[in-house]
Formats: sequence, C-alpha cells, structure tokens
Amino acid sequence: MTVKEIVKRYGNKRENLLQILHDLQNQSPQKYLNKKDLEILSEEMKIPLSDIVGTASFYSMFSFTPRGKYLIRICESPPCHLLGAPAIFKVIESKLGIKEGETTPDGLFTLEGTSCLGICGVAPAMMINEEAYGNLTEEKISQILDQIREKESKR
Amino acid sequence: MALVHITIDNQKLEIEEGTTILEAAQKAGIKIPTLCAMPELGFKPGSCRVCMVEVEGLPNLAASCVYPVREGIVIHTHSERTRQARKVVLELLLTDHPLDCMTCEKNGDCTLQDLAYELGVKESRFGRGEKKLPLDESNPFIVRDLSKCVLCGRCVEMCNEIQQTYALNVGYRGSKTKIIADGDSDLRYSECVSCGQCIAVCPVGALIDKNAQGKGRTWEFSRVKTTCNYCGCGCNFDFNVKEGKVVKVTSNPQSVVNGINLCVKGRFGYDYIHREDRLATPLIKKKGKFEEASWEEAYQLISDKFTQIKRESGSDSLAVLSSAKCTNEENYLLMKFSRAILGTNNVDHCARLCHSSTVAGLAQAFGSGAMTNSIKEIAEASAIYLTGSNTTENHPIIALEIKKAVTKKGAKLIVADPREIELVKYATLWLRQRPGTDVALFNGLMNVIITEGLEDKEFIAQRTEGYEEFKNTVLRYTPEVVEKITGVPAEDIKKAARIYATAPTTSLIYSMGITQHTTGTDNVLCTANIAMLTGNVGKENTGVNPLRGQSNVQGACDLGALPNFYSGYQKVTDTSVKDKFSKAWGVDLSDQEGLTVVEILNAAYEGKIRGLFIMAENPAMSDPDLNHAREALKRTEFLVVSDIFMSETAELADVVLPGVTVAEKDGTITNTERRVQRVRKTIEPLADSKPEWQIICELAQKMGYKMNYNHPGEIMEEIAQLTPIYGGIHYNRLDDGGLQWPCPDAHHPGTKYLHKDKFSRGKGKFFAVEYKEAAELPDEEYPFIFTTGRVLYHFHTGTITRRSKGLNEIYPEPLVEINPQDAEELKVKEGELVEVASRRGKIRAKVQVTEKSGKGVVFMSFHFREAAANLLTNAALDPVSKIPEYKVCAVKVQKIA
Repeated sequence: MTVKEIVKRYGNKRENLLQILHDLQNQSPQKYLNKKDLEILSEEMKIPLSDIVGTASFYSMFSFTPRGKYLIRICESPPCHLLGAPAIFKVIESKLGIKEGETTPDGLFTLEGTSCLGICGVAPAMMINEEAYGNLTEEKISQILDQIREKESKR
Repeated sequence: MALVHITIDNQKLEIEEGTTILEAAQKAGIKIPTLCAMPELGFKPGSCRVCMVEVEGLPNLAASCVYPVREGIVIHTHSERTRQARKVVLELLLTDHPLDCMTCEKNGDCTLQDLAYELGVKESRFGRGEKKLPLDESNPFIVRDLSKCVLCGRCVEMCNEIQQTYALNVGYRGSKTKIIADGDSDLRYSECVSCGQCIAVCPVGALIDKNAQGKGRTWEFSRVKTTCNYCGCGCNFDFNVKEGKVVKVTSNPQSVVNGINLCVKGRFGYDYIHREDRLATPLIKKKGKFEEASWEEAYQLISDKFTQIKRESGSDSLAVLSSAKCTNEENYLLMKFSRAILGTNNVDHCARLCHSSTVAGLAQAFGSGAMTNSIKEIAEASAIYLTGSNTTENHPIIALEIKKAVTKKGAKLIVADPREIELVKYATLWLRQRPGTDVALFNGLMNVIITEGLEDKEFIAQRTEGYEEFKNTVLRYTPEVVEKITGVPAEDIKKAARIYATAPTTSLIYSMGITQHTTGTDNVLCTANIAMLTGNVGKENTGVNPLRGQSNVQGACDLGALPNFYSGYQKVTDTSVKDKFSKAWGVDLSDQEGLTVVEILNAAYEGKIRGLFIMAENPAMSDPDLNHAREALKRTEFLVVSDIFMSETAELADVVLPGVTVAEKDGTITNTERRVQRVRKTIEPLADSKPEWQIICELAQKMGYKMNYNHPGEIMEEIAQLTPIYGGIHYNRLDDGGLQWPCPDAHHPGTKYLHKDKFSRGKGKFFAVEYKEAAELPDEEYPFIFTTGRVLYHFHTGTITRRSKGLNEIYPEPLVEINPQDAEELKVKEGELVEVASRRGKIRAKVQVTEKSGKGVVFMSFHFREAAANLLTNAALDPVSKIPEYKVCAVKVQKIA
C-alpha cells in the first residue's frame, strides 16, 4: 500500500500515527521506516517530520535503518536469562557472524533483544518475525536457521 | 481572580490565586534558579527539577514553575533541603556534560555554570558518563553541540510554539534522548529557517552563534540597544561590541515590538558592518575612474555643480532621492536641503515604489495613510484577511503574531494571494486570485456582504460618506462574475465574505501584492471600503494594516521625503504650510509639487534633470525597466550618491560619499505601526565615513546655508516644532519603547490605533472602484505572468545581504519559481537554466519547480544583480500614486540548452 492509502485506512488523525507507522514498517521489505516514506507521511498528515520522528524514535520497536528479512528477537526477561538467554545470543552471534543490533550482509537476518515475550514456560525463547520458538538449544537454533536458509535459497 | 496571602522566604505577599510559585517569587524579588521554565513566554514544563522548593505541609518538594499558590501557603525557596535537591539534579546533569568551561563560548552566561558555582558542585558523585555526540556545524549561523545539551526543551518550545517552524523536537528516549532536527538530520538540511530563536533561549552552550565564536566572552561586551534596520517590523535588539567592533546581535527582552524574537536577518545579518569593501573615503570620478578625494574637495565640487546647474537651468533641474534606510532626522534634513537650498520639491524615495498607493489611497479614504493598528493587536483579532503579503518571508516577526492569532487564539485566517505562501498552511480559506485582479475580488466580497445584509449599517450611517454610489458599483460584481475574472470559486468568495463580515474583529493586512499595480491606489481604496463596510476600522484589534517594507519607509514618508508633502503630510501646495516652513527655514519655498522617483528618472533620461543627489538608495536595481532607469542615471549630468557600499547606482555616480551603517549613528526610525524608536550609535564611523545627517549639514554649509546641529536629537526638536503628528516626539521620551504617532504634544502617550471615533479626514469616504486589467497581460508571444517579491534571506537590492556571508551561503543565487505543470510543458527540471524575457529585457537563472507558483505565473525576487528581475518589469504607473506595476508583466520562458 502507498503511504497515502495507509493514512486513508486509519484516518488522518494524530492519534492514529503509531498504527500507521507500524503498518509502514511492516510492509517495508527491510522492516524499517525509511526517510522518504516519513516525508510523505508528514506531508499527508500535516504533522512536522521532526514530530513524527520524535515520536517514532521513542519506541524501540521502530527502526530507522534497514533490517533483515528475518528479525530475530531473543527474550531478555529474567526467566529466559536464568535459563540461558546470554548463551543463545552467543550461539546466534557466532552462527550469523553479527552482534546484537546488526544485520547479516545478505540482508537475511537481524539480531535484537526484546523484553518478555510472555512464554516463560518454554524459556529460553525467541521470536523470528511473527513466529515464536521455545526451549531453545544450540541444535534447535541451527535447525531453525538452516530451514530458513534452505527456504530462501529455493526462491 | 481572587487575591491570596502567601509567605515566601518569610516575606508576606498578597498575590493572585493560581500564580505559580516561581512567578510569585519573581514578584517578591527572589530568584529561583531554572533551566527549563520561561514563564514570560508561557513555558512551564516542570521538567528540569532545578526550581524545586519546599512547601510547608507537603511531603515532597514542588516544582515551583508549575505549582500554583493558594491561601496561606508557606514556601521556602533556598532551604537546605532544596539546596540538596538541586545539587543532586545538577550532579546528574554533570555526569555527561563536558567540563570545558575554559573554552566554552557560553562561559559567563551559562545557567548550568552559575548553578554549579552557587551550589559549590565541583564534580558529580555519580561519576562521568561518556555522552559524546557529533558537533553539528552545518548551519552557517548556528552551532549545535548536543553533548552540552541539558534537554530542557526550550529550543523545541521556541521552534514549535513561537516560531512555529517545527524543525526541532525531542527524539529517542532514556539516556539516548537528544534534540533532533527534522528526521534527525543536520540542521542545515532541516526545515530550520535560521532565526536563531533557539540560541536566544538555550541556557547552556549547546546552541551557539557560529560567527561570534572566539570573538569575546559575555563580560567583555558592551551592549547597545538599538532598532533593526532591515524590514519595517521595527524589532529592537542589542549590538554586542568589543574593542570597537560589532561582534554579534542578541535579543533584548525589553523590546516592545518583538520581545526576544528576531529573524535570521536581524540576528545574523549584520556582519556587513565590518566588511572590507565598505566605502572608506569620498570618491570623485575622473575620466571614467573613481579617485579618492577629501571631503573638502567633494563638497566643493558638489556645491559648484549644483549651484551652476541651478543658475543655468533652474531649481527644478535638480532632484533628490532620500532613503528609507536612513533615519528620520536624515530624511528631514535631506528634504529640507532639497527644498530650502536646491529650491525644488523634486524629492522622493523608494516608498514611491512600494507603498505610495497606500499613502494616496488611505489618505483619500481615511485621511492618513498608515497602519491603523499596532503589531501586538494582530494576535488579538478574531479574523485576519491577509492579501498580497508573504509575511513569513518579508515581515517575519509580524508573521509570528499572525500564527499566534491562528494557533493560540483561534482566529480565522483568510489568505488571498496568487502564490501558495507559507501562511496558507494556517489559513481557513485560501483565495488564489489571478495576479492583478484584486479590485474584482474585493468587489465580489463586498457584493456578498451587501446582498446578504451583513454590512455594518450603523457604522456606515454614522461614520462614512459616499456609500450609495459605491454600493451601486459593487452590486454589479456578483460572485459568479468575479469568479470569471479572478479564477476564485464563487463559493469561496461567499465563505470569505461571511467570515470577514461576521467575525467580531477582522484585521486586514496587506503589502506590496496590493500596492504595486497600475491599479494600486484602487486596490488600497478597496481595502478601506471593505473595512468601513463591515465596521472594521477605528477600533482596537481591527483595521487596515499595510506592512511597510523598509526599516524607515514609514518615517521617510512622515518626514516629507515626498514631492507633495512637507513633514507630517503637510501639503506643499498649501500656502499656510509653505509660509510656516518658509519662516522656520528662512528661505522662499516652491509651492509646485515635485516629481516622483520614476518621473525623476524619466526627466533625467530626457535631460531635464541635470543634477541628482541620491542618499543610500539603489534605483539601478530597484526601479522597474532597469535598462531605461540605468540609462537615465548615466545620462544625468551630475550624479552624487552616498552609500556604504559601491552599489549598482554608486557605480554610475560622479561623486560617491561614504555614509555609515545603522551601528555608527544616532537617530530615530519609524516602524510600520508608526512607532518612533531610537537607533543608537554603537561604534565610531569606520575609516573616513560620516553619518548622512552630518554630510547633509556640511554640504549645506558649503552651499552657504546655515545648517548646524550638535546631535540628531536637536534635529528632532526642530521636527517636533514643525510637524504636528511628531509634536510630542523628544529623545528623552523614546528610551522606553518609543512612541506611536500621532503624538501631538509632550504629554501625549502616542496613538495605539487610528481613527477612533473620528477619521483623520472627518468621515470615512467610500470610493466606487471599477476593475481594470493590468497594464500588460500575457499573450501568445509572452505567455506567462511575471511577478516579483523578496525572500527571507535577502533584502531588497541585496546591497547588504549579498555581503552577509551566511545569508548568501543559504540563498546564493537567483531562482525562477515555476509551477510543476509549466515546467513539464517547458521541459525544464529543477536547477536547470532558463532565460526569462519580457519586452524590456531578459535574464538567465536557475529554475525552482514549486507549487508556490500558480500555473502560468512565474516568480522571481529582485535581490540579485546577476539576474535583476527589474530588467523585465513594467514601468507603467498607477495614475494617482505613480507606483510602477512590479507585480504583473508578461514574459516568456525558454530552456537554455
């Protein structure tokens, strides 16, 4: 959808800004808010760009830099921490060769931490895009990443 | 509101309920430190926690900037507990604030430093953080050092709520919070208009005047309050001087017109004062080349030549152009010089080119041609009808009042302008008339008002005359007829008319988009008609408000630098007036009206004007049809020009005299709201230059007329004696905000708004005005309408702003503004070069493709000598006021391959 269409969908009101920003980010192949879109949004909604970016930058779930097609979010809540979240980070970091906040050069994966995912029963846990994974081990992580790689290579 | 009794630091005080503790303390003379609050600007965020005070009975400390007082409250502002609390806040701030006061520009003027000193904080118990953000030096005037920012939010408040540019905001969160410009870009590439309002309010060294860096600390400067010499707003500020040099401009909160507000030109556009190419000595042209001369030589030559021409061809073969950039006293002296010594009424100045139709039109309708209300009243109007004024760029501080009216006070704004000016964003209704059709539009509005019975019958009956004839004319201009002429939809005309007529107060604001037409006087008469029709004049907050362009164009008119008036609009043809001046000046005077600017140049072209004295004006850039105007100046047998730089006009002169800038002389200037304010001598005249008033006096003496004053204040005494509207203007009364004329005697407080109870001419007069086409319309060969104006970053002919480094960096070259559709048809893209040609000349410049210009309309500013817009404009004159039609002529545009 174009920026204009998204604005139309929610209505051109300031209180809809966050929802519109989410849609904008979600439909972006690189999962971020790009400058051009925000400029158009500013024009459409008659909200100053500084105001839009001031608002969006407050929230950690919005990104202003391109991210991978698969967004890996490792849960950093205390239960996951106790059950090995730091080790999970290390495993993924070494497998993908990136650190937290970075994106693989092929543009496939971005690694981030997140607050509680609400699935402490299967800690340590993570989400990749909209999919949640629990009871993580090094092996399981390898499997998950390999599956994604395989799926992508067939495209 | 009820009064309550409070105790603050053991002082008992009676004060209005609801006042904040901070303001109450201020009234009690107690200083509570603040980093964020600016109560005088209505900014009380309660966020910095430095203003915490102890309120008896409250468990916690209260932020005094937001806490309202109530009956019986007992407050301690400097108790041990508050000191401790402030210390903690300060130490938290200092964890990541660079401790480089030694080299910090703000040293000595920094609230954080003052607090640390007062509380004895040497280091932070919380250790040192590592906040290090890159320095933003992208803007030519403003340095942003975000590492020093304390996140008080003042700059954001200024930018968004007062300046309303919306360039700055708070971004990110937690320890990463910082002030962002636009989408977190460098300031130069944001919406920032470089007004520097943020610098004026920053409590620390995070925002710094770039060009003053390293040139002095606050305690080394002496400050001189003076009046800005750019536009007609009449803002006051302080020149900061060190060792005989003006280093920078800072806001002076005591300024009546502007408070701490200033625009980019006022705050940053004074670096021209110390330019090396300032004229340093008199110059005499010998064999086509200028040679340095002494003042004595120059005076002798001028005296000889003018005397000879006067003897050979009579007084009226001489003429004088005075200056809207010079002081009232200088304008008075120069018109006196012209009339008493040269013996001619051929004296005029550039007001002829901007607002002569205002003077002529409003004088006919009301009896005096000036802004009826004060600038501060604009924000109080319930509706504003703005037409032919790009206020944001041309009168930036007045634009702030308009924005305030709309966004803070709920006023409705109607913009009638062919261009999509910035204020359209604030408008309830935008009427985009075809350039040159203003009379039809006004008549259409008034037609609706009358046919719907919305006119102010009582006002019309009691205070006006000529209504019936006017009404019969207007009735023919139905909205449908007017839509065909102007292109404005009939429905919008009806809506606008209803708003105009039904709002309790509708202030009409206009500028050169109304005046600079061959129908200029007609347009102005229409503004008077609609104001009287709706009873919107002679009252507070509502009236007819022409915005004057130059800093002292109002004063230059007031002081009689006009061919038909002595000072105070006293007619030269009136025998009793002539006798009064004749007696005061001790000479016989002419009762023949003189020539106007364009007429003087036409006469020079024909050889009828042989000698011409031009004080600080630049007709070789500002006059219409420049090829003709420049030829006229070349043909003038003896041309004398006084200026501060070698202007395009000075280049053509036989003698050039070095004048001084506004920083080097005393005097008064009168702003657009008739406010007479002081300019103060800040530094000595540079090199061998002299203030113009002194030049005129010395030249007069050389020519055998006694003209001798020790100080401009003495000239004002003479003015006051001879000029009823300035009768009460004396220097000792001007220190505190100046005085607004009419001010007839030494006890009169000045006049806030005109025509209360009675118009200057008695009854207000309606004029039946018919619509006439502009003098030159587009045709097949020249298909575009060409219209001219100014931009924010430059002033008039660019003589000073083109010499201001930063202003020229931001806006370095002329641009031709073209509508996207036209650009497509012409196959030109943004930044490509085009040739614009009219029947009179042609110029080349780059294209700016913008919706600002309507289809078929091309806009250019007239600041740039390399593509002087006035080579194209039409010198066709309004028959009454003799103003040329700068706003409409026909051109063709071609892409240059």
